[in-house]
Amino acid sequence: MNNVVGTKSSLTWAVHISMAVLVALWLFPTLGLFVSSFRTADQIATSGWWSALSTQERQAPAIRVGGDEVEVDGRFVIEGRLFRATDAKVSAWGTTSTQPEANEPGAVAELADGVTLSVAEDGAYVLSSPVSTEGTRLPRIFSTAATPPEFTFDNYRAILFEPSNTDGMSRAFFNTLTVTIPATIIPIVIAAFAAYALAWMDFPGRALLIAAVVGLLVVPLQLALIPLLKLHNEVGIGKGYLGTWLAHTGFGLPLAIYLLRNYMVGLPRDIIECAKVDGASDFQIFTKIILPLSFPALASFAIFQFLWTWNDLLVSLVFLIDSSGQTTVMTKQIVELLGTRGGNWEILATAAFISIAVPLLVFFAMQKYLVRGLLAGSVK
Amino acid sequence: MSPALQGLITIIIGVGGCVAYFYFSNLFLDKVLYPPSGPNAGRNINRANMIRPWLFLAPAMIALSVYLAYPVVETLRLSLTQRVPGGGYQWVGFDNYIKMSGEPKFWEALRNNMLWLIVVPAMSTAFGLLAAQLSDRIRWGNLAKSLIFMPMAISFVGAAVIWKLVYDTRPADQEQIGIMNAVWLAFEGGPVSVLFLKILPVLGLLGFAAAVGMVAWVFVRPMLRPSGPVGAGTIPLRLLVGAAAVWLIYMSLRSAIGLIGADLPYGVPQTWLTIPFWNSFFLMIVLVWIQTGFAMVILSAALRGVPEDTIEAAIVDGANPFQIFFKIKVPQIMGTIVVVWTTITIVVLKVFDIVFAMSNGQWETQVLANYMYDKLFRANDWGVGSAAAMVIMLLVTPILIWNVYNARKEMR
Repeated sequence: MNNVVGTKSSLTWAVHISMAVLVALWLFPTLGLFVSSFRTADQIATSGWWSALSTQERQAPAIRVGGDEVEVDGRFVIEGRLFRATDAKVSAWGTTSTQPEANEPGAVAELADGVTLSVAEDGAYVLSSPVSTEGTRLPRIFSTAATPPEFTFDNYRAILFEPSNTDGMSRAFFNTLTVTIPATIIPIVIAAFAAYALAWMDFPGRALLIAAVVGLLVVPLQLALIPLLKLHNEVGIGKGYLGTWLAHTGFGLPLAIYLLRNYMVGLPRDIIECAKVDGASDFQIFTKIILPLSFPALASFAIFQFLWTWNDLLVSLVFLIDSSGQTTVMTKQIVELLGTRGGNWEILATAAFISIAVPLLVFFAMQKYLVRGLLAGSVK
Repeated sequence: MSPALQGLITIIIGVGGCVAYFYFSNLFLDKVLYPPSGPNAGRNINRANMIRPWLFLAPAMIALSVYLAYPVVETLRLSLTQRVPGGGYQWVGFDNYIKMSGEPKFWEALRNNMLWLIVVPAMSTAFGLLAAQLSDRIRWGNLAKSLIFMPMAISFVGAAVIWKLVYDTRPADQEQIGIMNAVWLAFEGGPVSVLFLKILPVLGLLGFAAAVGMVAWVFVRPMLRPSGPVGAGTIPLRLLVGAAAVWLIYMSLRSAIGLIGADLPYGVPQTWLTIPFWNSFFLMIVLVWIQTGFAMVILSAALRGVPEDTIEAAIVDGANPFQIFFKIKVPQIMGTIVVVWTTITIVVLKVFDIVFAMSNGQWETQVLANYMYDKLFRANDWGVGSAAAMVIMLLVTPILIWNVYNARKEMR
């Protein structure tokens, strides 16, 4: 905008750099979680996610020698590999936990009873013994090795597709979906009719109702928890999906009505009056003209409500989740994992990312409508 | 039955029920109750048209009154009563409020909430404004905006996990996997550390204090002139802003002095979420991270709406980019900044998930919403819980009145 009079701002570089720093700061935390969800538990525990792409030199957990025994030249030999990855580089190794870096790669260590052990640089080891080692405890190998970057889908497999896994997210995923979809669609249907009435029908008390909706827009839902829980119990709904949908519907309605009414008021009056002259009823005008024209506003609200219900914790905690644990949602599951699996980042990161992935997809696919809704929805 | 199938069926019943209500109630009105035919056709059409708005509004009004209006009244009633063992309620007047005000945890929550109320909207708006202004001037601005906006889609709980990884702590002899500690351990007490951890933060705090002072001065100054254009109704607001500013300046100066004198534990990994007072700020960063995108989107649209000719005039008059931004653009979007500020304020007042998931109010990070949840569902004390909810409602009320007032003004 500074180019209007033809001078290029000397600040351009500063602008680029500060923006890049800002974006990096905002992206970094999410990126950390994303990268971590593809690393193994060992890797996460021993190095920061930012070094995931570089080769890391670290002490590997002890590995016990194992494998088939072969007789070669009168000696009993066991050959095997320390690592699955073929490009690991061993820099030192040992056979006791007190001296884990006693030997160079390629060196031959003399163990007790004439047994020798050597570990090559690529992790291949050879154990050779004058007598058969069958049935005896084989030595352990401690190694310090540089392992190349490695990424895995195992975390996702364990958390999504293993039904026996109590940390699993698949049930919570479907429960969240079950909460979210009706809780998104029902308020839209109800609010669209109400918004039409508030925008285009004449009746006493209309202005008052609109003011009431604006007022309810900011009422904290914390106030509703106890009275509604009491009400649900008295009516017999108790804790369950029905109550959760109703609660989400009630809490989402003010914004829905407000957004949709503002949009519908802006539709051209001529179209509606022409339709009336042609003999269309209000119901027909609403379904045939208003609804299709209001699509952008409907989409905006749908995204809001979807994100809000998908990401919600409090409403589900109060109205849905009972002691049976069958109706847990993803947010609750993650909070639970934070408590019980605080240090197991491979589980936490993966679970969190599964719950984040869907909203992110919706966000990037429908950002246009989200922005439009935000601009219309912030009370001016 | 699999949960997916069960969900699908309930979805069809729920949504179908809604649509069916509207369709059949209209059908009933037009075909059975007041058919637009026969001897009374005209009267019937009029009557049907009088009823129809209420038909359209009925579900929404019922839902709104049951799920939002009634709870406000009911919570107020509950906050003045106490459960009697064996069932029933007993009127206790303001006992719950008195009991609550005797609890140090409540005052801790209130104090933290005040800090949240100031820091989060201020930082989100400031960063949002910065991002909006910068991204409008570069070619990859839209991509940058998307990325900064992205945390809006992430749940508070997801954000809590993301930031817990950032704040993660390992014992000193292991490699740190939280980026905060990794950066922290890179400082070893040399001149660079002094620059980044003492001089720059102190300058930042002093700058913040100065900015607060300036804002407060703008609010308070009209009252000092004997015949200034001050409406009597604004005096409480002005005094409130002044008092808040004095407190903030005191706090930031105290922190600055404390920081200069502090003996920072270099080389020792910190458990960031257990450092009293500062840990609240580490939690606030999470909400700032989420809300900045919102502020940026709204402010960016407002910045684009600033008339081009005012900027051109300023350039012709020789204004530099900073002057254009602070003296031409910002004053013209002041209204939008206020809207963004109040919207984020409401979010902050309700903040629950972040504290619940990250610290659960331990180590002096309690906030009102989580305090209320504790009282309601852990201590099972509905009276005090409702009283805490009413405090939140009380804090929201000024914004509520202001919004309704503006909406009515706009409609006239």
